[in-house]
Amino acid sequence: MTVLEILTIPDERLKQPSAPVESFDDELRAFIADLEETRRAGPGAVGIAAPQVGRFQCILILDVSKTKKPVPNHGHLVLVNPEISHWEGYEIGREGCLSVPDYTGNVIRATRIRLKAQDPFGNPLEYAMEGFEARAAQHELDHLDGLLFIDRVVSRRTDLFRRKVYQK
Amino acid sequence: MSDWRMLTLVGADRPGIVAAVAKALYDNGFSLGEASMMRLGGNFTIMMMISGPGDAEGLLAPLAQEMGLRLHLFEAGGRLHSHLAPNVQVRVHGADRAGIVAQVTGALAEMGFNILELESDVAGTEQRPVYIMHIEGFCDRPIEELARAISNLGELSLDVSPIETLIG
Repeated sequence: MTVLEILTIPDERLKQPSAPVESFDDELRAFIADLEETRRAGPGAVGIAAPQVGRFQCILILDVSKTKKPVPNHGHLVLVNPEISHWEGYEIGREGCLSVPDYTGNVIRATRIRLKAQDPFGNPLEYAMEGFEARAAQHELDHLDGLLFIDRVVSRRTDLFRRKVYQK
Repeated sequence: MSDWRMLTLVGADRPGIVAAVAKALYDNGFSLGEASMMRLGGNFTIMMMISGPGDAEGLLAPLAQEMGLRLHLFEAGGRLHSHLAPNVQVRVHGADRAGIVAQVTGALAEMGFNILELESDVAGTEQRPVYIMHIEGFCDRPIEELARAISNLGELSLDVSPIETLIG
């Protein structure tokens, strides 16, 4: 297995949309092993998407099972051709990215999602995710559309909290 | 580059302050580093790292005078790429009274809490002002201990929660 080179901003290739995977072969699975190796080599990444290593196909890996404070999760996931079919709620959370070194920012994401995908053999998968795992999935799916979290950063003064206070 | 100076400019808010300051600096070969700019109580406040050749104060003084800004500049040292990631946020709100910040931050300081960012505002109405504060910082004590440390500060609404930065 190989640790692949991670594209970092301002590399224009990070803006390139990815194409669906059509062949579920050994080459795909070998690439996924390298992608996982690359995720693990980075600083505590809970996810990685294929375009971050310059392969513009809809492939991502998620694993939020090892956060400091445990969060609801489905363990280690390899998602091929993922699509979000349902969004619900929204919340602010802090994000960073292997492709954006030395910067973190607040991003609004849906609190709960439902997601369909395929495994590395082409079998169908379906998950209902919430909280941190849902956030990670949305972050990685954005990569497949050529979007980074810095395209979605909100002001530190964004008033989700204040509105909550007024609604009491 | 290690010759960063800290520039602060404060004055009655009006359109064009940032553009005029940035242009003057840019035209004279200065670089800008990290900055925080915000409207506070009708004033516009700028705090900005600048680096460049020559007498920045002499350069900016006429502009500051013209725009009604108080200028302060000093050799701050410091450098880029020395971010600390916050791991705890504290939200406070309640009827405005004297001492909220002193009490909350005093209790946090006793726990070794390092404030990385603090934003506060007075909302509500002139008759019934409400104080709202959001603190992000780093502390290696458990969340529960922190919450306990600030729990007996009267009628304030206090929330201590972890910030788990998502890296993906």
